[in-house]
Amino acid sequence: MTQNSISTMSIARAIATKDLRIEWRSKVLVNQVLPFAGIVMVLFAFALDNDGILQRVAPGLVWLAVLFSSLIIVQRTFAIESADNALDAIKVAGVSSAGVFLGKSVALAVQLLLFECVLVMLSLVLYQVQLSWGGAVLLVTVSVLANVGIATMGALYGGLGAAAKGRETLLPLLLLPAVAPVLIAATRATESAFGVSGATLGEGWPWVALLAVFGALFGFGGTLAFGVLTEE
Amino acid sequence: MGSVDEAVRLHNAVVLLGSFPALAEASLVVKKGEIVLISGANGAGKTTLLRLCAGLVPLARGEASVLGFNLATQRKEAQAHVGMLGHANGLYLDLTAQENLKFWGAVVGASSREIALSAQRMGLHERLLNTPVAKMSAGQRRRTALAILVIRRASLWLLDEPHAGLDASGRDEIDNILREAASVGATVIVASHELERAGALATRRIEVVGGAIVERGAQ
Repeated sequence: MTQNSISTMSIARAIATKDLRIEWRSKVLVNQVLPFAGIVMVLFAFALDNDGILQRVAPGLVWLAVLFSSLIIVQRTFAIESADNALDAIKVAGVSSAGVFLGKSVALAVQLLLFECVLVMLSLVLYQVQLSWGGAVLLVTVSVLANVGIATMGALYGGLGAAAKGRETLLPLLLLPAVAPVLIAATRATESAFGVSGATLGEGWPWVALLAVFGALFGFGGTLAFGVLTEE
Repeated sequence: MGSVDEAVRLHNAVVLLGSFPALAEASLVVKKGEIVLISGANGAGKTTLLRLCAGLVPLARGEASVLGFNLATQRKEAQAHVGMLGHANGLYLDLTAQENLKFWGAVVGASSREIALSAQRMGLHERLLNTPVAKMSAGQRRRTALAILVIRRASLWLLDEPHAGLDASGRDEIDNILREAASVGATVIVASHELERAGALATRRIEVVGGAIVERGAQ
């Protein structure tokens, strides 16, 4: 069997399993990223020390904390590839770039999902937001779809910046504008889930549909573009 | 491009690193089954030559083919048959040696038996296999990287200072593995400063001088 006959899905599974195993062992998400996000959310609470304002802006604060923290997670996921130049080894092996992209995206999405669960719980306590069952269903759907968008864009731009000089500062410049539509849609849908700013549950679902479109576009585009963008 | 018994053919190949010509109109033909030693001063272009053959740097001008694949248009196809061990080992430091081998086994489609055999071959016993790479010595990491190269079953082996950091038995084992690979048809290109050891292994020697290739003859 040669590398050519290994399916893209098998490679994606191997990459995702490897990334999650490394994260499980190093505990960077738990020991560094989560405390960072927690501090950001507490600082937001201090800065906007007014219950009415806090509740109104809570959805945006949650997603901003997710986006800022996702930068660290994305950087980490490609730092493990460049620490001993494993990315070059993967390139030389002629491994399917679509498989690498999908594997990286899945590992990022899983980490982000676990991370968001904690952040949403924290926001319910810190910002005193009420969440109905219908709101919880909407919120879970939003989280999953927004994750697809953030994870795929993170994998694409993380891979693009991995070999670049100044990658630590390049990634935010590339990633944050690209995921701005996800931030807007996720924030609006979360407002509906939290029932703040006069938003109703029904108003949140069209934003969910938009997130699904973003996720599909980013996933499809990323699968095609990853190999070309990370080639050099 | 090139005949079927050629593993590498370069004709006036130019590789630019920024605006600096790291390879300047280099020409080279390597036949299948040869073990070629590349010598040369630091910065002469040895690593760039290996990276060009691995499809890791683009060809600016000239012609280059590896195993019959044109590097300008069929880089991915060529890479599927090329194994490279550079200055870095390409390992995941948080994983154990065993987990690194299993990952590469899954990516290239090697069986558990092939993985076990390559580990055994490189002297990676059970305790070492279960040690995180971050806690291994330089020589142990090199052995792990070589075990991965073995399970890749490459047709063209590119090695940059493969003996670095290894003890005497590890060096002997590498030489045996490279000879064995060449005996079954693989082509080996080794860049090394250790001319005595690598020279004894090689069937032919070339030197890279200022980005150009100078033939130094059969060993």
